[in-house]
This record gives sequence, C-alpha cells and structure tokens, in this order.
Amino acid sequence: MKLSALQQSYTNRRSNSFRAAGGLDSSVDGSGKSPAAVFWLVLHGLCCLISLVLGFRFSRLVFFLFFSTASNGGTSGLYPSTPFLGTTADIAGSLSFQANSSPNLELPPNRTAGGISSSRVVVGRHGIRIRPWPHPNPDEVMKAHRIIERVQREQKLQFGIKNPRTVIVVTPTYVRTFQTLHLTGLMHSLMNVPYDLIWIVVEAGGTTNETASLLAKSGLRTIHIGFDKRMPNSWEDRHRLEAQMRLRALRIVREEKLDGIVMFGDDSNMHSMELFDEIQKVTWIGAVSVGILAHSGNTDELSSVVHKKAEEENLPPPVQGPACNSSEKLVGWHIFNSLPYVGNGATYIDDRATVLPRKLEWSGFVLNSRLLWKEAEDRPEWVKDLDKLDGVSEEIESPLSLLKDPSMVEPLGSCGRKVLLWWLRVEARTDSKFPARLVF
Amino acid sequence: MEFWRWVFCVLLLIASSLRVGAEQLRRGQRTERISGSAGDVLEDNPVGRLKVFVYELPSKYNKKILQKDPRCLTHMFAAEIFMHRFLLSSPVRTLNPEEADWFYTPVYTTCDLTPNGLPLPFKSPRMMRSAIQLISSNWPYWNRTEGADHFFVVPHDFGACFHYQEEKAIERGILHLLQRATLVQTFGQRNHVCLKEGSITIPPYAPPQKMQSHLIPPDTPRSIFVYFRGLFYDVGNDPEGGYYARGARAAVWENFKDNPLFDISTEHPMTYYEDMQRAVFCLCPLGWAPWSPRLVEGVIFGCIPVIIADDIVLPFADAIPWEEIGVFVAEEDVPNLDTILTSIPPEVILRKQRLLANPSMKQAMLFPQPAQPGDAFHQILNGLARKLPHDRNIYLKPGEKILNWTAGPVGDLKPW
Repeated sequence: MKLSALQQSYTNRRSNSFRAAGGLDSSVDGSGKSPAAVFWLVLHGLCCLISLVLGFRFSRLVFFLFFSTASNGGTSGLYPSTPFLGTTADIAGSLSFQANSSPNLELPPNRTAGGISSSRVVVGRHGIRIRPWPHPNPDEVMKAHRIIERVQREQKLQFGIKNPRTVIVVTPTYVRTFQTLHLTGLMHSLMNVPYDLIWIVVEAGGTTNETASLLAKSGLRTIHIGFDKRMPNSWEDRHRLEAQMRLRALRIVREEKLDGIVMFGDDSNMHSMELFDEIQKVTWIGAVSVGILAHSGNTDELSSVVHKKAEEENLPPPVQGPACNSSEKLVGWHIFNSLPYVGNGATYIDDRATVLPRKLEWSGFVLNSRLLWKEAEDRPEWVKDLDKLDGVSEEIESPLSLLKDPSMVEPLGSCGRKVLLWWLRVEARTDSKFPARLVF
Repeated sequence: MEFWRWVFCVLLLIASSLRVGAEQLRRGQRTERISGSAGDVLEDNPVGRLKVFVYELPSKYNKKILQKDPRCLTHMFAAEIFMHRFLLSSPVRTLNPEEADWFYTPVYTTCDLTPNGLPLPFKSPRMMRSAIQLISSNWPYWNRTEGADHFFVVPHDFGACFHYQEEKAIERGILHLLQRATLVQTFGQRNHVCLKEGSITIPPYAPPQKMQSHLIPPDTPRSIFVYFRGLFYDVGNDPEGGYYARGARAAVWENFKDNPLFDISTEHPMTYYEDMQRAVFCLCPLGWAPWSPRLVEGVIFGCIPVIIADDIVLPFADAIPWEEIGVFVAEEDVPNLDTILTSIPPEVILRKQRLLANPSMKQAMLFPQPAQPGDAFHQILNGLARKLPHDRNIYLKPGEKILNWTAGPVGDLKPW
C-alpha cells in the first residue's frame, strides 16, 4: 500500500510539472517559473543577441582582461556574492553575469538546509592563472637536477652493485687526426662511470705532450706509458701492434698489483654505461657482446652490393660475443662473418674498402686483475701465466690465448643478448691536411 | 614496589605505541611503517571484528546488468562489482542477519554505459530507490534503523549525488533515502554536499594485473622530474576553458609547457606505466571530479603524487597519512609549482619514496582477484569495523520515522 500511495502522489506531481511547461531542466522543482528565472532568461537572450552583433562571445574578453595579468587570483572574490542581487542592465554587469550564468548554487541562502558549512571551493567558471613570466627558472632547474641526482644515488645504493670494484681500462692509442675525437669520447664515457677507475693509456711512438694534456683534462687516475714502435699502415700490422700494447699494459697491472676488473677500452669504440655495471659481475674472465658497425668509406660498386644484400635480407647489425644454449651455459662464440667481404676488406689505412674487425675483438672481454698477478691465492689453474706470453713468438689474437681452457669464460649481459658496446674504426687518411690533432 | 612496576610497564607500553615510522630493512629495500590518524591499521585483519549480511537481490539489480555490458568489470568504477564478489566468499559474511553488524545491498548503479564506456547516472537514483524499497519490504532490518547499519558502494563521480556534472550533483544532493546509511565512495571533498560524514573514501579501481605486467627493474634510474599525461582543456565540453578542473589543468599547461623538467602532454603513449616508474613526481590534478586513478598508479609505481585539488579527501584518509606521502598544492599556487617542488628538501623526498615503497601501502590501493590480505577490500572492512559498535540511538523506536520516502526530484520517484 505504501507503493500505491507513492504512485498517486507521483502522478499528481507529474501533471503539475506538465502544466508548468518547464523549459528549464528537470532538476528544478516543478513548482512553476519564478519571476527571477524569467528575468535571467531575458537577460541571457539579450547577451546572446549582443554577442551575435559583435561577432564573438565577449565573456572571453573579460577574462583576458581580468586574469591574464594577475599573478594570483582571488577568483571567488570577483564573482558577485549572490546572483539574485539586481545588477543593473549596464554592459559590465551583464558581462559578469554572463560569466556566472551557471549559478553558484552553494551560495544562495535558502539552500542551507543540509547544514553544510560554506566551502571556499566554488563551482563554476574560474580563471586560468598564468604567472607573468611563465618560463623555466634556471636556478630551479639546477635544484631539480640535484634532487634527481640524489634520488638516483639512493636508487643505486638500494638496488645497484654492493661493493663495486675498481675498473681498470686499457687503451692503446697513437697521435693522429681523429685521436682527439676518439679519446674525448672515451674520456667522457669514463668520467661518467660511477666506480673508481684507473686508465692505462699505451701510446705508440712514445708519450707525447698532446696526449698527456688531453688525459689531464679528465681528472681520472691515468697511467700513461709509451710504446717504442710506431703505428704501421696496414691493418694487419696494426692489430698485431695493438695486441702487444695491451699486453704491455697487462704487465703494468701485474707489476703494480692493481686490483680490480680489467676491461679493454679501445678509443674508437662506443661504450654504454650499462657495460660498466655489468662487468662488476665478473668472477674471473667474462665476455660481452660487441656490436659491429663495419662500414665502408665510400659507395663504390663492390661494397654497395654487399650492403644492399645485407639490407635486403634485413639482417641486424652483426654482433660478436658469447653464444649460449638454453640453460645459459657458454657453448661457443658468435664471430663476425667476413665471408661477404672476402677479398674486399681494407688492407691499409687509406683503403676505401670496408674496415673489418678481427674474429674476436679484445674489447669484448673483461678480466679479473688477479688473473695477471704473479701469486694470487685463489687463481684458477686454467689460466696461463702472463710472463710465458710475449706476443712475438705466438700470435695473441684475443684474451682467450691467456686461458688453457676457453670454456671457463663467463657470458655477461644476459648471456650475450644485450649489446653493451659498439665497435667502429673510423680514421682519417694519412695524408689529411688537418694538423696532427684537431684543435677546437 | 608493585605500584612502581606497574608504572614502569605502563610507561613502556606508552613508549612503544608512540613509536611512529620505524625504519626496517626488507630485502635490500628500505621502507617505513605507515600509520595514519587511526593508528597503524593498514595491516589489521577484519575477520572476527565484524559480520556482514549480503542481501539476496533479484539478478536484475546486479548480474543481468553486468551481463548486458561486461565492460563494467574493467572500468574505474568496477569496485562495486568486485566488492560484491569479495563479500560473497569472505569469512566476514554471515548468513544469519540477526548477528550481522553491517548489511550490504549489491546493486550495480554505475553499470549503464554509453557506447564510449562512460556510465550514465540518470537511472541510478531510481535503481537505488527500487532496491531499498525491496529490502525494506522483504526484510525488517532496514526499517529497524532506517539504513543506519547498512552500507552501499557508490563509486560514481560524485558518489550518491548520481550526476557527472558538479552543479547538478550539488543541486540533487545525496539521495535522500541514503542519508542514514554509510556510503563507500571514491568521491571525497571537504564541505561538499556529496560527501556525508562517516563515509569511507576508496581508491578508484585500477586493474592490478595490467599494472603488474608493466613493472620495470627497480634500478632503472628515475630521470623525469614531473610527469603527467592527460587532458588540459576538455574541448568537447568546455571549449573556452575555465570550467574543466577549475582551470587548474589549463594553468599547469600554460605555465609549464616549455619547461624541460615537466614531461606533460596529452598523448596516450604505450609506455605510460613504464614512464611513471621513471619519474620522481606525478601530477594528480582534479578533472571534472577531484579524484583520479592517477593516484593509485602513482602509488603502485613509486612516483610521488602531487595532488592539485582543493579540499580533497583521499582514500582511507584515517589509515594512510597522505600529507606525509604526497605533495599537496593549492589550485591557486599552480603557477609556482616548479618552485614548490624544487624547494622540497631531498631527505623529505627520499622519505616519501620509502613510504611509497611499503608493500602494504601498494596493497591497500588495489582490488586484486582473489582478495589478498591488506588490500582495498580489507581496508573497507577495517573502516567499517572501526565504526563499530553502533550507537544505541540508531535503532528507531516502533512507529518512529525519519526518512521521507517522497523527498527528492520528481523524476527519481518513477519505478525502475
């Protein structure tokens, strides 16, 4: 019976609202139009006509005038206190009414039935606050960068490597046009490494002042030694000399009993910062994947055929590094496929053909420096002693020659799937007219 | 001597209860305990502290609606559906209504969707009213207290005001029949008609599996300072600006669009979740309603939420000390947002990140299926348990009536 009574009163209401012919929306109580509502409707119509004449809605103009120069608004203060005050029909009054055409329903005094205290948050139109100079402030940008740095340092402390070891970087170099270019790139990478660093630079042709001054700019701990032979012109000989220079550096590690992780940072390579995080995981000897960016200096027919074929087959850039089976154990090596380039590789420095890497680049290997020491307690037996190699009688092609058992190499970088450094040899011609070093 | 021993024990108890924010090392990740104004209640177990009776409504109120549109399970209002499912199989459920402390009515009022997926609230008051009429005529428990020990989940934009436009919602006010019941809603703003005292604010629903599947390694350095993706101007509904978000979002855009510290745009990138994990601050400004799922996403991904919504009431405000976790910026201070954020000392920022890293904080914002201890369902039950025992005066004397069944707009009285 309750329901039927409800329905009766409901039908009564319904007929009431129909009689009132409500043009307003159904949310308004169907008790008929008040004269105030009619007045607002007429005023609204008047403003619409005016804006038709003017060609634009002039309420927007009001806002640009009022708000675009104000740095702080008391926007609620700019609205008249209640919309039911009889504002006169002058344009300014109607302008501000236009802004208020959606009435502030919290403010009219007859709605305090709910007992809610008036909120300072007002419904309706607000201005868009723009400060006078809405551009970045360099002081704040610096402060923000310091905050970011602090946050990242904390992240490293929590999630990064605990007890990081010193990184010992071995770099063979020589004076040439592009030396500044390559060495500066390597230097900046090393300056960004968050761990302790020792940089052993072996220079062919003896130490020079230019190289020394370049290294001094880094602020890193460097050991700069010279190597008595000059860099030859043919790539074969160069590779051989560089191997000997690296062995020379390894002997220094042995003599000075430097403790840390030895990595081979060639000055022409590009290293990612993740490489330095990854090599901290090595126990004795590890291998990472090296991406090979073999290129040719020109677009002559032979090399372009090779390149086109590579592009057609959509081959990813070749990668040198450890190969693993499904149980993440080292089973072999991916080496650079030089078959397409057979006979077309560059043989000497000015050759316009493609410069090819060796089968396995030195830079893909990292060693624990204790492997090189004379007496280290826990040195494994599958490592040869450094003194037994002198690089002349036998060809040292890669650090694998240091091992009796090459299967003990640890694959790094999620088993070689991540490429952590890129190999690229770009050198200027020997007869280049640039001075011995590029001076900026 | 006995007396002094008792004093010593009491002092010890007081000292241990005053300990707030003890640091603990947990698997290499430093976190901090969270305790709000109600105490250290995030990990409370509601089982045994309350009993809930679930009314059996005909399926036209819940199952049939869901069958008509299964999108209701994934949008941000899905909490009402998952709460029902959780309660049906929860140990707090009782089949004996005489021993129940709280009564739950499973009616899905936010499941009438447009083709675009937005819920239409126009039939919701009638639906709710019809459900209440049903329970009041079939069971005596509604009339016993006129709903004071009943709770309803109303996750829509403005809660039980059942409208998406704020002015209309304010005009309607909370549905009259619900004025004595406890409302569990996402909307919360102080001194607002649509938030009644004693309501429990909950976070909007965010799909937990989707967010877990986008996690990146925690050692990825956080390199974005401020991150935001979303609308600044709602061109469809508010072409001139000024209504949408009370002009706050537009102010953010106008002031900081060329600032390199602010990574803000309207794009929809595929890497949205991953980017949030690389940011230090995530903006959570108001939109048409003050709440947004960005708060939940920020908490899950460890990005400090910057809340720009005056007078907002955040989820579980008595259990979670939001002032210590997020940054609150008044809407009038938006032009100085960069100054405000850069002047926060780094120790405070690190502390906020530690609080956010607390797994119980992340759990409290989620609605996982099946339910896990400490999640949002349990926080709702904890909130209900904290309101017990019911005051004696909610029980009406026989013949006493408080609710007026014919109050409210005329359109609401039509049967559903």
